[in-house]
Amino acid sequence: MSKFSDLTRLPDIRGHFGPYGGRFVSETLSFALDDLAETYLRLRDDPDFQAEFDHDLAHYVGRPSPLYHAERWSKQLGGAQVWLKREDLNHTGAHKVNNTIGQALLAKKSGKPRVIAETGAGQHGVATATVAARLGLRCEVYMGAEDVERQKLNVYRMRLLGANVIPVESGTRTLKDAMNEALRDWVTNVDDTFYIIGTVAGPHPYPMLVRDFNAVVGREARRQSFEEFGRLPDALIACVGGGSNAMGLFYPFVEDDEVAMIGVEAGGDGVETGRHAAPLASGAPRGVLHGNRTYLMSDEGGQVSDTHSVSAGLDYPGVGPEHALWKDVGRVEYVAANDDAVLEAFRELTHVEGIMPALESAHALAHAKVLAPTMRPDQHIVVNLSGRGDKDIMTVAKIDGIEL
Amino acid sequence: MNRIDQRFADLKAQGRRALIPYLTAGDPAPAHTVGFMHALVAAGADVIELGVPFSDPMADGPVIQKACERALKHGVRLADLFEMVREFREQDSETPVVLMGYLNPVERIGLDAFADQAVAAGVDGVLTVDMPPEEAEEFGPVLKARGLASIFLVAPTTSRERAATICAHGEGYLYYVALKGVTGAATLNAADVAEHLAPLRELTTLPLCVGFGIRDGASAAEVGRVADGVIVGSALVNRIAENVERPEAIPQALQAVLGEMRTALDALPPR
Repeated sequence: MSKFSDLTRLPDIRGHFGPYGGRFVSETLSFALDDLAETYLRLRDDPDFQAEFDHDLAHYVGRPSPLYHAERWSKQLGGAQVWLKREDLNHTGAHKVNNTIGQALLAKKSGKPRVIAETGAGQHGVATATVAARLGLRCEVYMGAEDVERQKLNVYRMRLLGANVIPVESGTRTLKDAMNEALRDWVTNVDDTFYIIGTVAGPHPYPMLVRDFNAVVGREARRQSFEEFGRLPDALIACVGGGSNAMGLFYPFVEDDEVAMIGVEAGGDGVETGRHAAPLASGAPRGVLHGNRTYLMSDEGGQVSDTHSVSAGLDYPGVGPEHALWKDVGRVEYVAANDDAVLEAFRELTHVEGIMPALESAHALAHAKVLAPTMRPDQHIVVNLSGRGDKDIMTVAKIDGIEL
Repeated sequence: MNRIDQRFADLKAQGRRALIPYLTAGDPAPAHTVGFMHALVAAGADVIELGVPFSDPMADGPVIQKACERALKHGVRLADLFEMVREFREQDSETPVVLMGYLNPVERIGLDAFADQAVAAGVDGVLTVDMPPEEAEEFGPVLKARGLASIFLVAPTTSRERAATICAHGEGYLYYVALKGVTGAATLNAADVAEHLAPLRELTTLPLCVGFGIRDGASAAEVGRVADGVIVGSALVNRIAENVERPEAIPQALQAVLGEMRTALDALPPR
């Protein structure tokens, strides 16, 4: 009997994970969220809906994704065996598509002809534009103007897919501002628009349904662990921005008390410098943003703080509410990896295994570099390789002083 | 009696509609706000909604977003707002003041500390845009214990069942959001508003005030025919934005907008 069994029964009916989560939105959106929660809870247990979802994951996304033994890298690290859950091999190159497939099916069932999304690095925007193209839905993606600049490749990808990318000039011109603008769009066009949120944050029921759609990652990894090394892994590692890939990997292991779980946030220049995006690891105060209560980086006046990370996808001041609870109850340990260590891990995996990880995923790898050498060779770590690094080539080249 | 209830009782006795202006505190600079509040009262304001600037005002359109940015450049905090209300009260002990904003700045200083300081400063009500009644289980009683009114929004999309819950929790007045959208969006449809207000009357005796999309005397009068009060925000904040370089012109510009609405409302037959 797991001491964490209670965690599998969350959220409660109003979307609370202990003191976190909930639904903090202006009144106009309440009916749409009620409607979405009702639709989702009905379809979640509908075998036809699940069959359609599973079919799309198999034949469109290409699941299951492999659990790859990074043998050479493990030897080099000189400790535990490191296994990579290869979400980078999914169609569109990241775990994000698991969720957009699921939400697009909900959009289709609800009969809404238009979808909107927010995006940081552009991975969720691309995954949304992709499923919108496939289903013939109009698609508009909000993206901070600063991110539009640093992720030009994904911006053009989205445009090729037929989406309209709207640069957001307000606030800090990054992911949080894109989410504000998407919420403003939704409140205006709520009758014909489905908002596809890209992470396990936002108002209830989003944290729950984004978790459930991504949990396929952990279910596969659990099964594959038994197939590959005959038992549960000793530790799981995943990067955490909003926290959807970590949630997807961790959730099916919540009751496996012997499996350690570590979420790795963006340490930026270092948590001690204040220039980071690590609300959990830095012990940020409790706050409310984008519809949920969570750990939130804000100043003494309650204004949301600027965040810093080499990776646009983790550049967010809050975190999914379920992670906030998991930190409090001690189920998951949350640490931060600094930009320098992340870039080193990015280069190392590319060189040693011929796999170029997304800078987001390289946060998890950076921690594997720390953890593996402290463990025995007969122990196993599963790292979520949540996305591939092609999109980051420009960023890394720029750091190297190379103009492409 | 709370100043808000007193004011609406007086208005009812006179058969008049409430005129409720909104300003973002500290816009364009903190030193101007109290003067603007007095100017609004002189032009016929019955209640003042004082906006708490927030870095991420997700229910607001570009006009109020920019007002927040101007105020935050000066580092305006809740402590500054309390000081503004205290100063306002030195000359005006009757006009109700409602703080309107988002939950995070309030939670950051703590619900009890917020409520204590608000009461001490002379605040009468609190409208937290991103806190529906379901999430107000903790905050509601904290406000009530100090005689502060919890004011809630009702939207065109609110179901009758939810409206009943909101009415049961609401105090002071009910803020009916006239259109789907953010503040400062398109002009409202008065017939549509009338249709939505009628069922609310069956649920509550609270005064029904309407905001979003009211920009001049004509739109105020249209809404005034069916509502107990009109709320005007972006139309005023626009006047501030136009005059940031010469703030001395702002009080008169605000009074021109509000005065036109006052005249239009008072020309309606008594309620």
